[in-house]
Amino acid sequence: MAEHDIIVTVNGERRRLRVESRRTLADALRDDLGLTGTHLGCEHGACGACTVLIDDEPQRSCLVFAAQLGGHRVTTVEGLCGPDGSLGAVQEAFRQCHGLQCGFCTPGFVVTVSAFLAERPPGLSVPDDDEIRDALSGNLCRCTGYQGIIAAVRHAAAASSDGAGG
Amino acid sequence: MTAAGGRYVGQSVLRREDRRMLAGRGRYVADVHLPGMLHAAFVRSEVARGRVVRLDVAAARALPGVVAVYTAADLNPAVGPMWATMYIGAPHPPMRPLAAGDVRFVGDSLAIVVAEDRYVAEDAAALVEVDIEPQPAVLDLAAAAAAVPGGELVHPELGTNVAGAVDAVDEGAWGAICAQAAHVVTRSIVQGRAANVPLEGRGMVASWDPWVPELQVWASTQNAHEVRAAAARMLGIGEHQVRVVANDVGGGFGMKIYVSPDEACILLATHRLARPVQWIEDRRENLLAAGHARADEATVSLALDAQGHMLGIRADHLEDVGAFPIGSISSSTGGVRRYLPGPYRIPHVSYRGRAVYTNTGGRIAYRGPWMFETVLRELVVDQAARTLGLDPLELRRRNVLVAADLPYATPTGAVLDAITPAETLEQAAEVLGHAAFRAEQVVARSQGRYLGVGMAMFVEPSGMGAGILGTDEAIVRVEPSGAVNVYMGTGSTGNSLETTIPQIVAEHLGCPIDDVAFHQGDTASAPWGHGSGGSRAAVVSGGAARAASIELNGRIRRIAADLLEAAPEDLDLVDGVVSVRGTPARAVTLADVAAAVYKRPETMPTDVPRGLEVALRYKPDQPYTFSNATHACTCEIDVGTGQVTLRTYVVSEDCGVLINPMVVDGQVSGGVVQGIGGALLERFAYDEQGTPLTTTFLDYLLPTAADVPDIRIAHLETPSRNPGGAKGMGEGGAIAAPAAVVNAIADALAPFGIEPARLPLSPSDVWELIHPSAGERP
Repeated sequence: MAEHDIIVTVNGERRRLRVESRRTLADALRDDLGLTGTHLGCEHGACGACTVLIDDEPQRSCLVFAAQLGGHRVTTVEGLCGPDGSLGAVQEAFRQCHGLQCGFCTPGFVVTVSAFLAERPPGLSVPDDDEIRDALSGNLCRCTGYQGIIAAVRHAAAASSDGAGG
Repeated sequence: MTAAGGRYVGQSVLRREDRRMLAGRGRYVADVHLPGMLHAAFVRSEVARGRVVRLDVAAARALPGVVAVYTAADLNPAVGPMWATMYIGAPHPPMRPLAAGDVRFVGDSLAIVVAEDRYVAEDAAALVEVDIEPQPAVLDLAAAAAAVPGGELVHPELGTNVAGAVDAVDEGAWGAICAQAAHVVTRSIVQGRAANVPLEGRGMVASWDPWVPELQVWASTQNAHEVRAAAARMLGIGEHQVRVVANDVGGGFGMKIYVSPDEACILLATHRLARPVQWIEDRRENLLAAGHARADEATVSLALDAQGHMLGIRADHLEDVGAFPIGSISSSTGGVRRYLPGPYRIPHVSYRGRAVYTNTGGRIAYRGPWMFETVLRELVVDQAARTLGLDPLELRRRNVLVAADLPYATPTGAVLDAITPAETLEQAAEVLGHAAFRAEQVVARSQGRYLGVGMAMFVEPSGMGAGILGTDEAIVRVEPSGAVNVYMGTGSTGNSLETTIPQIVAEHLGCPIDDVAFHQGDTASAPWGHGSGGSRAAVVSGGAARAASIELNGRIRRIAADLLEAAPEDLDLVDGVVSVRGTPARAVTLADVAAAVYKRPETMPTDVPRGLEVALRYKPDQPYTFSNATHACTCEIDVGTGQVTLRTYVVSEDCGVLINPMVVDGQVSGGVVQGIGGALLERFAYDEQGTPLTTTFLDYLLPTAADVPDIRIAHLETPSRNPGGAKGMGEGGAIAAPAAVVNAIADALAPFGIEPARLPLSPSDVWELIHPSAGERP
């Protein structure tokens, strides 16, 4: 099996990896880089638990080969925390609003929501519930019934439009 | 402020689990990496029923990186008893780690590959050559139940496909009731097969060290001590030679209470190899082989007098338990019968149930395993209301148990007390705006729009106070610094116990919650317990934590009384400070007391037990603690497409004293959405050969955020008879939601004269109901 040497920027750090062609980004992150916050819930791109940002775009890391990532930037859920380990604004909103129970799908939701809010042009009003539900509809949660997650997005969006968070 | 009104109990304390989970620092079983760890993959049958003609693992064994390939010949003779502790001596199907000679469902494991790398393990699994001579799959429940020895049998060694039976039909009494009834409403209902699908599937890391000797297991389980007991039995080693750790578990909902045959293979593999073996199932395996639920069909009848008073209910039920149900025969028939009358005055219950083996995935506990009783009763109640020309709300009002009826002994032997069905019915109707909705519905129908409202009521048996589930133990210890450690046999599966148990301990011990650490799910430190499941944590586990904390509080005050030269009854212990009531300056801290106990034992009073640790095992006095709720929802149906849109969803529930209202609401919402899935989306389907059709999340559809409405939850807080007043409620959402949603659909479709007879109801199902004579779907 062919192997590839790549350099990829993960959570702001340049990391050198040697990977088989078929190795998924999710496995490379989890097993080669020890970033186990990225979870595998289906391994066929449907549940969204493994969502990471590739060059700021949310992507399913179970459907991407690590070998494709040379020269790109990857942000995982670990990278959304502050340098001191404090929770970011979206993470904190999930905590305040009981947006998680077992926590397994949570990293994918947090990354998805972070991208959703970051992509909204500055000055745009807080997203309505239909927009929020639409933004979340590619991620599955089996515990919360989504109520706390939707509330967390509202909370984070309001905080960010108040300039109180990022 | 809730009825509890405590400093911690009754408060929506934010969860301490959350920081690590949100930061990506959770500790799930797939995150465990040990030096020299091997990885397992299974070879599974693609045929539902058949004889294994050839199983050739030579090529797989020869692949570089493969350490072992085992078949039934290797592992099955080595395994000890595989039964769950709770079901030793109970009826059970034949159980085997790997399929031997024949296969009995698609997903049946034929071989296990252990390799240095998961990719290599899967490569090798693909090299295993399997020839199976197919036989007709046993799938039809009625035909299966009728099969005789020598016929088409899932397990030929049993001579029948009937796994279990409940016969509690009194034909004479039922006949008399029907003869005097003004109405007997009868209908059939089929409930589709569902799967628990926690977002984290099954997984295990097992490591046998023969030199200690110790088997250490990291398991994705709801029940660490059951894994310990099962592992010891299966491997023929001592229970004291097994340590099981369940750290964070990505959901279970009943799927992770017992040890499955696949997990047995992992234990057997490490025992043979004396190397750590990890198995993390993929989603296809999870959907095929981790267990299925629901899969029921029944005819139900409700007899009423002319005024709509219920006279009796009868159900004839066939339940599909698949080929290898997990945990005895996994039958819910006993519970379906017991709770069939629900929260109504129904003087007679006749019930006949058959649990039937088929060549499909095995039945397993799933949030409210007996919930078909609520589906049957609540659907026939609505149909009866339509028959009588009454609003279903009014028919419920005429029959629901009111305070004056309590305690109420049902004809099936349950004693209901401290519940509020009538009050939740009214609260749900009020919060929903039932009257206003009926007015809106009339206007909408005149505009060609079809709106509907549905309700469902139930009582939930929780906190079982008998049998293996009947007790829990808490160890509460004040350390020399005054810090508090608490140890229990519970687990972290999303149920928030890491937050709520410290709330209870801090409240009743009298210390700051941040000074309490809670250690659970590690059999090396936790007292024996039966984990999380059966809506038992609030009553049984919480009861143990409460009682142990109160006892330790009393001991601390007796020691402090000696230090303060006061009477113990004149002392308060609040926030870690013991002070003389009325003279707050006369005080010692918990740390002062701990220092005295540990460092100056010679000065301690001799009539107080030494140390600052209480280990207390608690059993509720009652066999069950009942909570109750009424669900109500509204929907709109697009009759052109069959699309059902849920508009509002209301739950009025009474789980007694709320320990953490935020957590209760989360449990309700999660259950409701699982139930919505069961009503509208989730159907694990097989074709006529027993081949599964829904082995991905593109086929087995879970509700997404876009499929669910806002859920409004209203609480009543009627304390239970238990100390502390709590009731369990973890399963209720999933119990009632399917019936509430289907009733709303039936209400919307009433102008068409339609009574939906099965669930889930996909848009095409609804469209076909509306257009019964149409040749093809839109």
